[in-house]
Amino acid sequence: MKVGVIVFPGSNCDRDMYHVLKDVFKINAEYFWHEKSLPKNIDAVVLPGGFSYGDRLRAGVIAAHSPIIKDVKKLANAGIPILGVCNGFQILVESGLLPGTLLKNESLNFMCNWTTLVVKNNKTPFTNKLKLDQKIPIPIANGEGRFFADKTLMNDLRKNNQIVFSYDDNVNGSIEHIAGICNKEGNVVGMMPHPERATESAINPIDNKPSSLIFESLLDTIGGKN
Amino acid sequence: MSFQKHESEHIKKNFKRKLSRTELEILAAEWSEHCSYKSSKIHLRMLPMSGPGVISEKGYDSGVLDVGDGYVVTVHIESHNHPSAVEPFGGAATGVGGVIRDILSTGTRPIAVLDGLRFGNIEKDSHARWLFKNAISGIADYGNCLGIPTIGGEVEFDDCYKNYAIVDVAAIGFGKKENLIKNHANTGDLVVLLGGPTGRDGVGGSQFASDSLESEDRSAVQIPDPFMEKLIIEAVLEARNQKCINAMKDLGGGGLSCAISETADSLGIGIELDVKNVHTRESGLNPNEIMISESQERMLIITNKQKIKKLEQICSKFRIKCSIIGHVTNDKMMHVKNGEKTIGLLPAEFVANAPLLNRKKIKPKYIENLEFEKEFKKLSNYSEILLKLLSSPNIASKHWVYRQYDHEVGIRTVVKPGMDASVLRLDNGKSLAIKIDGNPKQCYINPRQGAIGCFEEACRNVICTGCNPIGMVDHLQFGNPEDPEIFWTFMETLEGITDFAKFLQIPCVGGKVSFYNETPSGPIKPTPIIGVLGLTDKFVFPNVSSSGDSILLIGETKNELGGSEYFEYIHEFIGGKCPAVDFKESKNNMNAVLSLIKNNQVKFVHDCSKGGFGIAISEICIRDNIGCTIELSKISIDKELSVECLLFSESHSRYLLTVKKENLRKVKQFLSSKNINFGILGKFTDDQIIINYISKPIIRLRVDKAHKKWYSRLGELITQA
Repeated sequence: MKVGVIVFPGSNCDRDMYHVLKDVFKINAEYFWHEKSLPKNIDAVVLPGGFSYGDRLRAGVIAAHSPIIKDVKKLANAGIPILGVCNGFQILVESGLLPGTLLKNESLNFMCNWTTLVVKNNKTPFTNKLKLDQKIPIPIANGEGRFFADKTLMNDLRKNNQIVFSYDDNVNGSIEHIAGICNKEGNVVGMMPHPERATESAINPIDNKPSSLIFESLLDTIGGKN
Repeated sequence: MSFQKHESEHIKKNFKRKLSRTELEILAAEWSEHCSYKSSKIHLRMLPMSGPGVISEKGYDSGVLDVGDGYVVTVHIESHNHPSAVEPFGGAATGVGGVIRDILSTGTRPIAVLDGLRFGNIEKDSHARWLFKNAISGIADYGNCLGIPTIGGEVEFDDCYKNYAIVDVAAIGFGKKENLIKNHANTGDLVVLLGGPTGRDGVGGSQFASDSLESEDRSAVQIPDPFMEKLIIEAVLEARNQKCINAMKDLGGGGLSCAISETADSLGIGIELDVKNVHTRESGLNPNEIMISESQERMLIITNKQKIKKLEQICSKFRIKCSIIGHVTNDKMMHVKNGEKTIGLLPAEFVANAPLLNRKKIKPKYIENLEFEKEFKKLSNYSEILLKLLSSPNIASKHWVYRQYDHEVGIRTVVKPGMDASVLRLDNGKSLAIKIDGNPKQCYINPRQGAIGCFEEACRNVICTGCNPIGMVDHLQFGNPEDPEIFWTFMETLEGITDFAKFLQIPCVGGKVSFYNETPSGPIKPTPIIGVLGLTDKFVFPNVSSSGDSILLIGETKNELGGSEYFEYIHEFIGGKCPAVDFKESKNNMNAVLSLIKNNQVKFVHDCSKGGFGIAISEICIRDNIGCTIELSKISIDKELSVECLLFSESHSRYLLTVKKENLRKVKQFLSSKNINFGILGKFTDDQIIINYISKPIIRLRVDKAHKKWYSRLGELITQA
């Protein structure tokens, strides 16, 4: 099994994600520079957080046009699990792989906080070992993380069970406290909080188990393909 | 551009010919106070700079400490005061960028930033609020984009910074010892300028910073580009891995003039360069502007003809420009050409070593009467005073600030900002604690004791995390050094820090001196900032204090309210007897606390500093959401003290300990055996802070009420606009 971690110019959580995949969960992870292509037999792809292209124009919008996104789209259509975290989520939205939009936080400031997520869909490759409504202590760190969708889209999201995570509290003004969503098929998941920052007890002062289950879900999904 | 009389004479003495405009511009930039340290250099030699863990190499701009197992930690501190006072967003942001490149220059990855920020009175002064808010945004914007966590620092407000801003940034790097760049160069090697284009921004910045701030020279402020800096970091580290770098230096104050002359001087080489080869932001830049522009995000790299291809490939991967601007010669000259024409030819050693000064010092008159205390109106409602102090902007929670900084990226941050020192985990399993501290209120009253106090406080904070101090950096900020009274305060500060560093055997691994921190309304108070790094093999996570746990105060409380938050915020009085560090007591207390933490005999340790014991105990109660009952007369004292002193004196070397019932006897025995002064003051219990004096109730304050005031004050002040 192999998981690709895509590196865009300005990605800055790529090494954190790689460390967690490789050292904590013993997954065979590999970096892919955004101008390279992705192998067809890859088992999952992660778009890590950061400030691709310095967040110029709008977070994620330039990276969404990187050459590698073509391959990401192909893999997404083939049902391969794809996870976008923070800036990775913004890139997935800008590239059209996920619906909706991410606006500036209600405070208009960058926010680095610990918060609590609630699991709303445990059928995705990244949540299948979590229980419905299970709570996850997890940090957020973003300036443009307020999810927004219009009425029609919200209806679709609810109907298709596309809301994956919501915040327990109103953290940043996201509509219905949404923190993470997936595509209709469920294999492409985007989330603003950082699971890679919460899986190790050495740096997670609260409880590292629930966020570890995000990676264990992935391991469970792709583990058989060794 | 200007030279002092002795500098003009120095030039005349060394050159028979008239120097060109370019040469004069180069000298003026490099000989500015900011770049040359001409007023301080001969005195800075007194600091102890070597030690068992210190690694020094030619041409390093940051300190390097060996942390074992083949790893090193690098550290540096810089300020960006003048630019931030004019344009707080850009000034503060580029302050972060500059110090990060110093870390990068050694070949280590920057892993953390701390910042010390000082502004005018934000309760009364809307301009101070504007500077504060925008400096924070600038730091957040830059550091967050780089993915380097801002893990801590301090924020303070004082009238002496009216219309001014102190923005100090310390950066930490980490890497393998074998990857350190061992600066060297051979004749014929190529000199490369890598990164952002050179523009007109920041022209003459170091001279602007070497004068008092009277006009708002915005063109002297550099424009930040954090995305470019991020690309440079990754490109340089990749070039380091591929061994493409012989020598490296970042471009900061003095721009190319400084980087070229200092590199050539430190390596004993000559450099010939052509300004036409420098990639520029706009056309029509004249050669002098190119030589002294302080455009950010640029690195100078020396490589050779075999390695240049690889370096160029790496740069093209990251889409950053690298220009071969010249080559290394063996004549030790700095040779500047504009195409074929020579426009400057100076010995590098001459440029890089400004004539040094031994300035006059005189004890300032203002200090004479400052230590006398006046009689105050007797205040009796201590609950109200405590609550007011908790909401003082200097004491109130700074979460409004550090929540705007990504303090977790890099997943090393074990102890996050908000309490004592911040702690990072390192790849060899060890943990590194870092804290920076300043205290201009005390430094104003007694520059020597104030500076030692800042140093001790930073050590205390590191000790509270169980880490052993291994190195320090200092940043000494004063007004105009030509004023003998100001220079006296500088010398007192430096001597104090030197004495204490020698006593504790903590090497000074880096630092900076910044003079001319003045506005038309006068100089700032002496503002030394001390950063201390500590190391532990095994970090012990602090516990939460719970009901029934005992509260111990280690260290002696003295009649030392001078420069305290109590005097300044409650009585609006500047003066009194400033706290003084007893070196022996300081060291004994540090060792005792470290030993207790290592042996798991305490649940939590917090240092007593600003606001004294009253604030320290409140901070623990707020953190752990629990009340306490305290008997003040149990505090260890040298002689009879007033209730104000017991509560709010800021005496040094004091630590508050939370001790579990079953460990109390052992801890008592241990402290007695080490002859440590301490008192068992009471217990944690319920939901109120209750403080008695000889059984008479003095303070009764609900923890949730204290929490609310302390937590929300800073945010409220900012949103009132």
